[in-house]
Amino acid sequence: MRGARPISLLKTVGVLLAKDLLIEWRTRARLNALIFFALATLLLFSFAVGPDTKVLARNAGGYLWLALLFASVLALGESFRVEQENLTLDGLRLAPADARAIFLSKAMGNALLLMLLGALLIPVMVALYGVTVTMGLGSFAATVTLGCMAISAPGTVYSAIASNARARDVLLPLLLFPLIIPALLAAAKATSLVLQGDPMNQLGSWYGLLIGFNLIYWGLGFLLFPRVIED
Amino acid sequence: MEARSAPPPALALHDVSKRYGRRWALARLSYSLPQGRSLLLTGHNGSGKTTLLRLVATALSPTHGRVEVRGNDCVTQRDVVRREVALLSHASFLYEDLTAHQNLVVLARLLGMDAPADVAGELLVKVGLTKRSDSPVRQFSAGMRKRLAIARLLMKAPAVALLDEPFGELDPAGIEAMEKIIRELKDSGVTVVLATHLIEQGMALCEERLHLQEGRAVAA
Repeated sequence: MRGARPISLLKTVGVLLAKDLLIEWRTRARLNALIFFALATLLLFSFAVGPDTKVLARNAGGYLWLALLFASVLALGESFRVEQENLTLDGLRLAPADARAIFLSKAMGNALLLMLLGALLIPVMVALYGVTVTMGLGSFAATVTLGCMAISAPGTVYSAIASNARARDVLLPLLLFPLIIPALLAAAKATSLVLQGDPMNQLGSWYGLLIGFNLIYWGLGFLLFPRVIED
Repeated sequence: MEARSAPPPALALHDVSKRYGRRWALARLSYSLPQGRSLLLTGHNGSGKTTLLRLVATALSPTHGRVEVRGNDCVTQRDVVRREVALLSHASFLYEDLTAHQNLVVLARLLGMDAPADVAGELLVKVGLTKRSDSPVRQFSAGMRKRLAIARLLMKAPAVALLDEPFGELDPAGIEAMEKIIRELKDSGVTVVLATHLIEQGMALCEERLHLQEGRAVAA
């Protein structure tokens, strides 16, 4: 066929990411369901804790990240369910698309989806829990970005592993939740500092933990993903 | 003067076995298909035809033995083999939520083609799906999916085309069109490996035959 030639890893990532975002856009009902699920989780925390606004405000960061984590299980599972239908993941492998590019595109797509979800949840959290963003939206955006990336990289690898299992819906959170604890803790603490202020200058160390976590798991995913999806 | 070495076989199986759990899908299979010849794979359901095609396509790795395509090992030189081989499988490799055109454009971009949209359009004309090019695959019948899957295979312009039940789900016109496409592939020098239950049609298209029974080659 005319003009066919191997393309670079980055270009492959671009093609696959564009394809994934197009599929997300064409199946907006799925995205809407995810948003409502995350919103309902935030709302349920406020019902469970009761009308004590001080408790809600103090723990708002934790509630936000739990809502994002629960929603991420649905999003991550869905990202590989799409590739199971008609064995399209095999189609990509045999095209051939570099397995590392498949990992990067999926992980970036999942991270973008979670960031979008985070951006939608923040105003709801502010309204529901009565919190104010003390340190500015830039710090909040940085926290959400680092936290979502930290969920996305190991989540993408485990989602690919779980997608071939019979009990995939149970297996993914079972594998992901214990591993994600350091990142979840760092993201929740950083969010609390962004909301309530950081008089002791602790935010930098939590960012450091998130950046380190991201470097390790994006690196491991990049290196190990070919072994995960090949026979 | 050095003698010119013979070209490597299009497909070579060296004592190939494949096991799923406790069941052996293929057992100690050896075979060689010279370049320029086409192979008909026959056998009952579960005899190992699909497994063999997936091994050659590098979708699977053998449990024992070695598979080579044009001299390249299907495990250690996987990426080279993947560029030379295309598989028409039971699964269509198509995204249900994308249109026929978008499905082909994604592949064309992955293959690094110059004008992905144009190439996709030309192939949709070839397989007779122009009128439905902007419909999502989810709305396609089984026969239309098969046509689109063939367009996907043709886009790769493979040296070896692996066709697993290509006539399945096609109407008589579709079968005729598929036969024409297979003949064109052969005429352009592509090695065709065809697995089908329609033995007469297969025999008319292929020079060689390999009959499988419980994962072993037997006399047809």
